[in-house]
Amino acid sequence: MNSRRQEQFMGWLMASPAILLLLAFLIIPFFMAFGFSFTNQRLISPNPTEFVGLRNFNRLLTIRTLSIDPIVDEETGEFVLDEDGNQTYPRLRNFTRNNPDYPELEGLQEWFRWETGDNALVFLARDAVFMKALRNTIVFALVVVPLQGSLALLLALLVNQKLQGINIFRTIYFMPVVVSMVILSILWRFIYDGNDGLLNSLISFITFGGFEGRDWLGNPNTSLGSIIGMSVWQGVGFHMVIWLAGLQTIPFVLYEAASVSGANRWQQFRYVTWPGLRPTFIFVLITITMQAFALFIQPDIMTRGGPLDSTTTVIHQAVQRGFGKQDIAYGSAISVFFFIMVLIVALIQRYLTRDED
Amino acid sequence: MFAENRLGRFNGLRIFLTYGFLCVLGLIFLFPIVFMIVSSFKPDLQLLRDTNSLLAFVPYGDLSLNNYREAFIRVPVLRFIFNSLIVTAVTVLFSLIVNSMAGFALSVLRWKGRSLILGVIIATFIVPFETVAIPLLLVVSKLPMLDFMAFTEGGELIRWSWMNTYHVQIIPFIASAFSIFLFVQFFSALPRDLFEAARIDGASWWQIYRNVVVPLSGPVFATVAILNFLPMWNQYLWPIMVVQSEELRPIMVGVAYFFQLGDVAWGEIMAYLTIITLPVLAFFLSLQRAFIESIASSGVKG
Repeated sequence: MNSRRQEQFMGWLMASPAILLLLAFLIIPFFMAFGFSFTNQRLISPNPTEFVGLRNFNRLLTIRTLSIDPIVDEETGEFVLDEDGNQTYPRLRNFTRNNPDYPELEGLQEWFRWETGDNALVFLARDAVFMKALRNTIVFALVVVPLQGSLALLLALLVNQKLQGINIFRTIYFMPVVVSMVILSILWRFIYDGNDGLLNSLISFITFGGFEGRDWLGNPNTSLGSIIGMSVWQGVGFHMVIWLAGLQTIPFVLYEAASVSGANRWQQFRYVTWPGLRPTFIFVLITITMQAFALFIQPDIMTRGGPLDSTTTVIHQAVQRGFGKQDIAYGSAISVFFFIMVLIVALIQRYLTRDED
Repeated sequence: MFAENRLGRFNGLRIFLTYGFLCVLGLIFLFPIVFMIVSSFKPDLQLLRDTNSLLAFVPYGDLSLNNYREAFIRVPVLRFIFNSLIVTAVTVLFSLIVNSMAGFALSVLRWKGRSLILGVIIATFIVPFETVAIPLLLVVSKLPMLDFMAFTEGGELIRWSWMNTYHVQIIPFIASAFSIFLFVQFFSALPRDLFEAARIDGASWWQIYRNVVVPLSGPVFATVAILNFLPMWNQYLWPIMVVQSEELRPIMVGVAYFFQLGDVAWGEIMAYLTIITLPVLAFFLSLQRAFIESIASSGVKG
């Protein structure tokens, strides 16, 4: 065998185990997800699988709005008020169940509503739980990405100082990263607990008892925020290390030059540090975004997606439907939607952070 | 002289405040883990009572190893640890071999199709495991498996499923686009003269890989091993989906056992969590420099 042919052969041979494994367990399942999302495939089913077109996506993404007027007393002509003095509205099921005037609302569920005073604008979805999951995922990402990214940078600047024993602090801040998210989620249930939770105790200790405890995870107003706090706490050490590595690639002479030309600390950061961190910034941005969209373990363990679906997420729903209810097709449709969403966000980020020159 | 002295005192105060701030932050990152370890020695009643004050972090009162004894009775702890060790070790070992070979082929060797394959592998970065988990579940439930136990017992050669096995927890995680990428980067930076010289001496490409490249590449092997170790040891979603039999379950799935049986015994849970966390923490602390450098190198070059 001549040398070139031998190199050709060895190239394919040595790459082939990895190629075959990636094909079998990543690329083919990825295309299968697309395929399944147009069928009614189930994990175990006596019936043959059928092609159902866009039915899964229709169920996933159908949204309608409906404006409903308050109930008026027919005799007095005044609004009927409830005990709290609020206007009352007709029940939604009058519109969504067997109402020939509203055929497009048949079978839809309430997602949320705005009461404007004159009337109520109701948003309905065929799969209202999924819509809540989508909203929670987006809120989570919008808060976590800037918060975790900037806190990690501040930590990195802090532990980048030349101080004795600074390595101990780097190690401690990084520690939550190596502990399993499953374990940390269970521990944080204690911290957020409504009865004598550690967080409640701590706040009441700091405020000398001037704080009434609350059930952080049990209240739909604070549950997602609590999961955000815990997630940032866990992940910030990881990105601190990434920023730190970026900081250490910036040559020291640049700082010397800046300080010779009279730059203050902020100007040094603005004109030396920040431009030098550009490649790191892009990496941090993209990795936190991907992690944030894939949020699953924390809600699964801390809240099971509740209360009132306030912490369920896109991946949580994909697992609930695909595995919990064994509806592979619908779970795949959610996965496909998730993939497209992540891809679009990644492309937008890529575009916004492109090299100007 | 005077000015210098003032500056010195000012610096001293600043350093003192900096250390104070660093310590407060350290407490914020440490307290849940301290709480876990301290609580694992306390009886349930005291554990739950203590959470309403800072006593939660103080090892006092009726401390004992009872929780640990009970945890071992409730859950086959050693079995689960053994399973996780097997799955993690085998996956990491094979991932080093398979991904480094691919990295070598994709960076050192010149062959047709190389840049296409590299492009496809990089493109798979964007596919999160979560999006393929559901279809993959169906795939492994349908994959044929040669099962010699089944053959000897029932006379049937093929069992039509990969569910409930070790290899269903291992094989899907061996190849990793990111690991291949790290190897490609490292190998590309090695001087090409080295390979040319070895070729002239009559070494085969396999010998060059085995005797030249691998011995020179300790750091990248350490990085890939560490980056693959953590997610494997902490596997949760995938084993829940594909492993129903107790003999094959990994440690994280064992956590669910403590929540299933009506009365939740928090002391036992803390003991179990401590048992499965301490090995990782010990591993991390003994290799913390390598750990942190691995993570850092994955970011700077990426």
